[in-house]
Amino acid sequence: MTRHGLKIWALHLGLIAVLLALNWVLPAYHHTNLARIMVFAVFAMGFNIAFGYTGLLSLGHALLFAAGMYGAGLSASLWAFPALPAMIAGLLAGGGMAAVVGSLALRTSGVAFMIVTLMFAQAGYLCVLYFGNVTGGDEGIVIGAQSRVLVGINLSADTPRFLFAWALFGAALVGNLALMRAPFGRVMIAMRENEDRSRMLGYDPYRTKLIVMVISGLYAGIAGAAYGLMFGYVGASFAAIQYSILPMIWVLLGGAGVVLGPFVGALFMFYLIDISSSYTTANLLVVGVALLVLVLFAPRGLLGYARDRWLPWLP
Amino acid sequence: MDFGPYLLLAVMEGLVMSAALALTAVGLSLVFGVMRVVNVAHGEFFMLGAVGAWFVTQAVPGPPWIGFVVALVACPLMVAGVAAVADKLVLRRLHYDPEATILATIGLLYIIQQAALSIYGPDARPVEAPFTLRLQFPWFGYSGYKLFVIAAALLILAAVWWLMTRTKAGLIMRATQQDRTTAQAFGINVDRVYSGVFALGAGLAAIAAVLIVPISQAYYLMGSDPLLLAFIVVIIGGLGSLRGTLVAALVIGLSDGVISMFFSPTLAKILATLLVAMVLVFRPQGLFGAKP
Repeated sequence: MTRHGLKIWALHLGLIAVLLALNWVLPAYHHTNLARIMVFAVFAMGFNIAFGYTGLLSLGHALLFAAGMYGAGLSASLWAFPALPAMIAGLLAGGGMAAVVGSLALRTSGVAFMIVTLMFAQAGYLCVLYFGNVTGGDEGIVIGAQSRVLVGINLSADTPRFLFAWALFGAALVGNLALMRAPFGRVMIAMRENEDRSRMLGYDPYRTKLIVMVISGLYAGIAGAAYGLMFGYVGASFAAIQYSILPMIWVLLGGAGVVLGPFVGALFMFYLIDISSSYTTANLLVVGVALLVLVLFAPRGLLGYARDRWLPWLP
Repeated sequence: MDFGPYLLLAVMEGLVMSAALALTAVGLSLVFGVMRVVNVAHGEFFMLGAVGAWFVTQAVPGPPWIGFVVALVACPLMVAGVAAVADKLVLRRLHYDPEATILATIGLLYIIQQAALSIYGPDARPVEAPFTLRLQFPWFGYSGYKLFVIAAALLILAAVWWLMTRTKAGLIMRATQQDRTTAQAFGINVDRVYSGVFALGAGLAAIAAVLIVPISQAYYLMGSDPLLLAFIVVIIGGLGSLRGTLVAALVIGLSDGVISMFFSPTLAKILATLLVAMVLVFRPQGLFGAKP
């Protein structure tokens, strides 16, 4: 298990180092894009922990992302929380929401689990609209400047924002890698591969999956909170079904069950849409076709393919 | 207006809603029942029917009812054709794997939506009703066309019931639903049955859309509400059970009409989505289905 440990850590820490170096290299446009992608990658890592490793295909992760985003945004706008407590509020909101949804949804499996999570997310989205006088509904809320200064770092400026996203991404990636190399990570994969056999070996599937959902929710929540604070805006569109589908596409494209998959998928998809939008305004078409092609021809994604062919040690 | 007539109006609106919903949901239920496919693109087939009706009524000259009749025949056939092609190109290649087909139909949803946006445009456009007849009640006037929608939906539902229970095609579909492998062993071409069921389900959604579009409007994002409501109906009625679907369509349509009129449509939808989640968690066979 630790045979490739050095190689694995070198690859992941190397990527983190390269991303840091890019802060001083990239032109302004790509600089902001990459900051965005890194935060989305944290969200997608949360999705990957549930789907890629544990086999929990949720269609409702937008709810967890939005919980984090509104947890941070509302505590900042209603009670003027500073950035750090607002981030923590978002993190806890994501984890708490995942615990509530998970404790109910995990009584089902397969298609029913997908629909239950989808319905909860839809109810959450509608609640955001229904309580529009608090949440701002479709128009959303703008987060004040005083809540966007994190321990002296002003998140509304370009370089600090990039470094903040980088630090969050780095911590999330290392955490994800450590989780997958820990015994609990093996149990997660065992649940995906054969739940009955894992139960026979003495592991409680419900408890394992609930813990996984909460971890996934913490990832989604902190990503939502960070996104809201970084760009100073919190809106209902982030709770809509599209934000449940996007992390799924990123993970499928990059490679489900690969630690680096979410980042690679988010990077490719973001630039695929970015480049295609200079030729066509049909963004939905790109998303739809990408999803179909992935499901039909490449269900393992880019890094999943790479692992099958050349890098069997990729975690 | 007093409470009584107000409630009557809410119930009548609810019945119109139930009628369209029952058609849409029966289509979804058939596809799930026979093919075990959760068709997330079902709402987009509904939208295609409505948008198609707009194009047809624009193209056909003469009084509005001619265009409407042409649309009522042509649009469901066209949508059924689209569905059959999607089945052949996508779903069959996935061997109808339940999870993969959900993802694939989400992809179809985006593609169809984008196609409608690019070709039809972002506006909501009205379609003229085939006839205008106003029924005068003591308290309020009511559109005769809406009552026609209820009657037409009942007629089509009866035809579907007849198809499923009294014809050879229905027998083949039910046999495939019960046991795909055995059906194949008896010489049933399962691929063709699946194509036909998927097309039939999409066609039913399109019929509902053509009927409803003179009341609402044709809009490229109009598919999400019918999808959600049809889902709710199918799940509460018990996945794959036609009778449960009909009962649930009536219950959901009426309660949606009443709750929307006295409270807010958004609140009605929130309650309905939570109800679906709870039904799936605590009573997966549906409220009206028997224990498996």
